[in-house]
Amino acid sequence: MERKIRVLVAKPGLDGHDRGAKVVASALRDAGMEVIYTGLHQTPEVIVEAAVQEDVDVIGLSILSGAHMALFPRILELLRERGADDKLVVAGGIIPKDDIEELKRMGISEIFGPGTPTSQIVDYIKREVEARRA
Amino acid sequence: MGIDLKELLERFGRGDRSALSRVITLVENRSSLAPEILDALYTKTGRAYRIGITGPPGAGKSTLVSGLVQVLRSKNKLVGVIAVDPTSPFTGGALLGDRIRMQEIGLNEGVFVRSMATRGSLGGLAEAATDVADIMDAFGKDFVVTETVGVGQCELDVAEACYTTVVVIVPESGDSIQAMKAGLMEIADIIVINKSDREGADNIARQTRAMLELRGERNGWMPPVIPTIASQSKGLDDLYEMIDKHRQFLEASGLLAKHRRTNIERTIRALVESEIYRTIWNESTMHHLEKLVDEVMAGRISPRRASRQLLERLQEDGE
Repeated sequence: MERKIRVLVAKPGLDGHDRGAKVVASALRDAGMEVIYTGLHQTPEVIVEAAVQEDVDVIGLSILSGAHMALFPRILELLRERGADDKLVVAGGIIPKDDIEELKRMGISEIFGPGTPTSQIVDYIKREVEARRA
Repeated sequence: MGIDLKELLERFGRGDRSALSRVITLVENRSSLAPEILDALYTKTGRAYRIGITGPPGAGKSTLVSGLVQVLRSKNKLVGVIAVDPTSPFTGGALLGDRIRMQEIGLNEGVFVRSMATRGSLGGLAEAATDVADIMDAFGKDFVVTETVGVGQCELDVAEACYTTVVVIVPESGDSIQAMKAGLMEIADIIVINKSDREGADNIARQTRAMLELRGERNGWMPPVIPTIASQSKGLDDLYEMIDKHRQFLEASGLLAKHRRTNIERTIRALVESEIYRTIWNESTMHHLEKLVDEVMAGRISPRRASRQLLERLQEDGE
């Protein structure tokens, strides 16, 4: 059985900077994954609905607006409501250290700050998805 | 991973969208459960009308699909969308970006959008996409809209498996129509000139009509040319009306039944062929093949003779 890793790359919130998200999306594609890119300004509701319809293994959230403490918990809550909280949720962008700990407690698996080599993100996702499938 | 198939299909039957999504994944991955799932759901199919939207990259297909879906929703129709994008033959990965242009329908309760990569499947894309369309059909969708980039043969096959095929071009397509007409234009039941507010739109509409007239009717249907500006929701009602008109034409002429018959035949053939293919190339024949390749390399026999020897051996094995 052929099982590709499917990843949703989404940008919640109002900032219009999606270069980082696009770089990560391309790196994941080049690593053999199927990447669904949803574009800018996504609400938590749209992101979760897309994740359910696309049956992704991973949700990658990119945010630079500073609204992560409002948007990320909402996304996690909606995933739980839909029974889709088995998906791996990772994030990237400008997120202060104190918030990282808090978000990880809430259920974001890993947070990749600026300057993270894309290979590190690829390796992390591959490892985690394999562990979850086993 | 343990999957309770009975429970999954029960949730599917109740209209649970995560169940629909998981069923599609299992079938798309050719899981060992796929045959059982497809057998169970097949009796519920046959209701959804299937529309194929294809055209060159950048023609505005996703925006057009989004607009068409909104027209269908305004008539209270339930819609499934399959958005196909190519898999890289080098990395096996794919970037599926059609949702970017489908924001308007992202939260619409009656719409389910699934992005699909072509994956390396040898001509198997048409089967895989048809399976997904069957699943959406069984889920209770009134329409299934499949969007593909009209480049390779297998993408054209996908479009052709639909009942009404819409080919989307733009004014800039100009000369490239010359190159496309061999494959793309021949499968069109309806041709849309999108971005029709751009320069050259009238010209390309005229050229396209002239080309179609030269070719004449196909099975009694002359493909109409419809101008749209999908980003401004212009021309979408006209497009829907024309799709409906084509549907009525297919139903009245008996061509729809014929089309479905052809699709079913193709599906059975493909299933049989892939099974034969799988059984033929087992370890023993692969081993024999290697030896025959050595023979050919050494200049002792021709590839044709080698193939006959292999076939004879297979026949003996079968007896």
